[in-house]
Amino acid sequence: MMTTSTLYDSLVKIVGKDFVSDQKEERYFYARDGGLMPPHEPDFVVMPKTTEEVQKTVKLANREKVPIVPVGAGLALTGLVIPQKAGIVLDMKRMDKILEVNEKARYVVVEAGVTQGALKSHLQKHHPHLRHSIPDAPPIATIVANAVIHGQGRLSQQHGFNSDMVSGLEVVLPTGELCRIGSCSVSSYWFSKGAPLPDLSGLFLGWFGTTGIITKLGLKLYPCKKMRDVMVFLTDKAELVPDIMLRLSHTEMIEDVVVSAAPLPLRFRGTFWVMAYITGDSDEELEFKRKMVWDSLWQDFESRDVGFLSISPDMKPPLMSMPSKDTTRFADVSKGGGFQYAGPITPIEKFPAFISKLEEVAAKYSVFYASTTRLIGAGHCMMFSFSFSFNRANADEMARAKKALDECSKFALEEGGVLWKADIYEQKLLMDRMDPNTLVLMKKIKELLDPNGIMNPGNWEVG
Amino acid sequence: MQKYVSQIHRCFRCGYCKFPADYSSFNCPSYRRFRFDSYSTGGRLWLIYAWLRGEIDWSEHLAEILYTCTTCKNCTEQCPMKFAPDIVDWIVGARSDMVEKGKIPARVARFFEAVYGYGNPFKQLRSDRAAWANGAKRYAQGDEYLLYVGCLGSYDENGQKMARCLVDILKASGVSFGILGEQEECCGNEIYMLGETGLFQNLAEKNSLKFKELSVGKVITLCPHGYNTMKNLYPASGGNFKVYHYTQVLNDLIKKNKIEPARARARVTYHDPCFLGRHNNIYDEPRRILQAIPGIELVEMERNRKDAFCCGGGSGNFVTDLLAGSADSPARVRAREAYETGADTLAVACPSCLTMLTDAVKAENLDDRLAVRDVSQILKDLSPAR
Repeated sequence: MMTTSTLYDSLVKIVGKDFVSDQKEERYFYARDGGLMPPHEPDFVVMPKTTEEVQKTVKLANREKVPIVPVGAGLALTGLVIPQKAGIVLDMKRMDKILEVNEKARYVVVEAGVTQGALKSHLQKHHPHLRHSIPDAPPIATIVANAVIHGQGRLSQQHGFNSDMVSGLEVVLPTGELCRIGSCSVSSYWFSKGAPLPDLSGLFLGWFGTTGIITKLGLKLYPCKKMRDVMVFLTDKAELVPDIMLRLSHTEMIEDVVVSAAPLPLRFRGTFWVMAYITGDSDEELEFKRKMVWDSLWQDFESRDVGFLSISPDMKPPLMSMPSKDTTRFADVSKGGGFQYAGPITPIEKFPAFISKLEEVAAKYSVFYASTTRLIGAGHCMMFSFSFSFNRANADEMARAKKALDECSKFALEEGGVLWKADIYEQKLLMDRMDPNTLVLMKKIKELLDPNGIMNPGNWEVG
Repeated sequence: MQKYVSQIHRCFRCGYCKFPADYSSFNCPSYRRFRFDSYSTGGRLWLIYAWLRGEIDWSEHLAEILYTCTTCKNCTEQCPMKFAPDIVDWIVGARSDMVEKGKIPARVARFFEAVYGYGNPFKQLRSDRAAWANGAKRYAQGDEYLLYVGCLGSYDENGQKMARCLVDILKASGVSFGILGEQEECCGNEIYMLGETGLFQNLAEKNSLKFKELSVGKVITLCPHGYNTMKNLYPASGGNFKVYHYTQVLNDLIKKNKIEPARARARVTYHDPCFLGRHNNIYDEPRRILQAIPGIELVEMERNRKDAFCCGGGSGNFVTDLLAGSADSPARVRAREAYETGADTLAVACPSCLTMLTDAVKAENLDDRLAVRDVSQILKDLSPAR
């Protein structure tokens, strides 16, 4: 087995001296994320530029049985890229090329470090009639990491999880081989991640980097209309929200449906904001869609259960922005630089119970809360966030926020939800409930692909 | 300044600070250069917090991470949090703590030693401070303006050319002004940004007193760094005078038809200096001067105005050069961006930017295709004054 200094020299030979660090400062920063999981330092931080460099690094790690953790921007907040067993953190953000936009087949192929912001900007400048599903995460979040955690975005109401929009993968397997997944495995086109072939993308999506390192990804693009607007409806009846979401979705004219709830400002406490985003290529199209949205909720207006919020000009830009800076600002509500959320994926009928639980838990642990719900698919499920902000300088508040999150996660599981981007403890909760044969299958897959257990160890570890 | 100690934990490391407004590329010069997250603003703030809490010890590497920040203020522009306006103060506050403890990079220490000993960061003789001036008149009571050229204008070859051009234009336009010559002191902007608050205070008070003794009512600065410190920091040290960047004055002279530029033929792109643009919101005047020259086609780089990419020279880096040594050095990245516009001339309005970008254009082997010229140089070459 190599010594630490020999390993360092070997890594330098692969990526160059400027892009390997074993210094305390980098190890400190990459040991943690903005959430509440305990830190753990890597031995090295490495920044590859090419697929070949990733392959060489993985082969080295596999030979020396050194853990390796691929990292995007580290924004999952649940510690998914904290190197639980040290080793190498592979910061992928130098692999930042947008390789191809196929306008006719509506997909893009990106390297693993391309950020949401860079793709948005590239499409706006060079392909303004195309767009991708932008999540609410900050723009430094990478396309690949968002797909790997089954993220959602502005087009999830229409097209499902952002990982459903993947149209092909290039993966470095834990033993170093390079593998293509989907149509790109038999063709030069990246239009499908599976069909009509066996869909092998499931071996990598949702696995948090424990089965391989994605180096390229194809992503479906969608028509980008010239105009966009948001309509905001208010109700104080949580029990109506699932039906409102369903009726909005029934119009098949909505870009995105988001429901938010927060105790501040006081005038909105106890009120749910249902935001329906619409798009159009003309005033006529937009007006028609507005009318359809109105019609879909008319009965609620008549019963006075739902109201329409007329949005002032200064309120609209924050609501329309992609990504939403307001989501990030929640981290400073406690003037303390932290927030984390449990975001179970769950049937939308659970909205009233989840809101009630959120308020109960926030009061119990005396933590500041907010919630954002996003409709996924045509009402097939929703992501409901139990969000708590905390002050990083206040250990007690952090502990209370963690307890609140844990209680919400357990509640969500009991209610039939499935935890999204579960941390290592939540993964165990999920696996405790999982069909035993499913667990066996996961274990077999993991052992087959990663015989030395080097890939992001600690995550999805089936006992 | 020390309020950073109780506030710095508020950074969420969301990464907005790395970008321009359209997210098209990385706009934090040190992150763009080094690419480890530790070199971004978020990285720096988290490391400072760790240092304050004793979670990490001081190291040369930590100090270098702190001092590779050019205080360009891109992070302030992009950070979505309410504390955004305080970020540069937090960085300066942490540097100030390092200075107090005597724990700074050797290159920064040499910068301070040079200013202590020689009154400039280049270790040039005080008696040579006016060697550039070519007989320019000394300031005397009754002159409308004091022209303050600063250390770069006094000693740096590019800065000296720039200063001489400006003097010629002002003279030809009939402006009443004078220089301080050997009596001029360092303005202290870089000293402040590097965290040597004691030396800064000394310089600010000395300059303010001198200006008062000479009854200076209006100062023109050659350098945006000097403009920034005199406008924003000197008032607290007794500075009581109006300060203008030279582009403001030249723009005014053009408006009053005191300068009438001759026809030119050039495609020019303009680089916004951070201490003129983001620090002081002066974006239009330099552009108006260039647009007033018939035959000049002004083309914008992708990143301009509030989104301009720093040349990497701020916070003394034009001397300490902590961001150099790579094709990813900010000045080289910026030189390539300027060249991509199709411009034949890269216009600047800062002697630090002039030197950084002139060197970068050479390093990129673009010097036969892209000339780096200061706005006053461009104007002087084309302006028979009335």
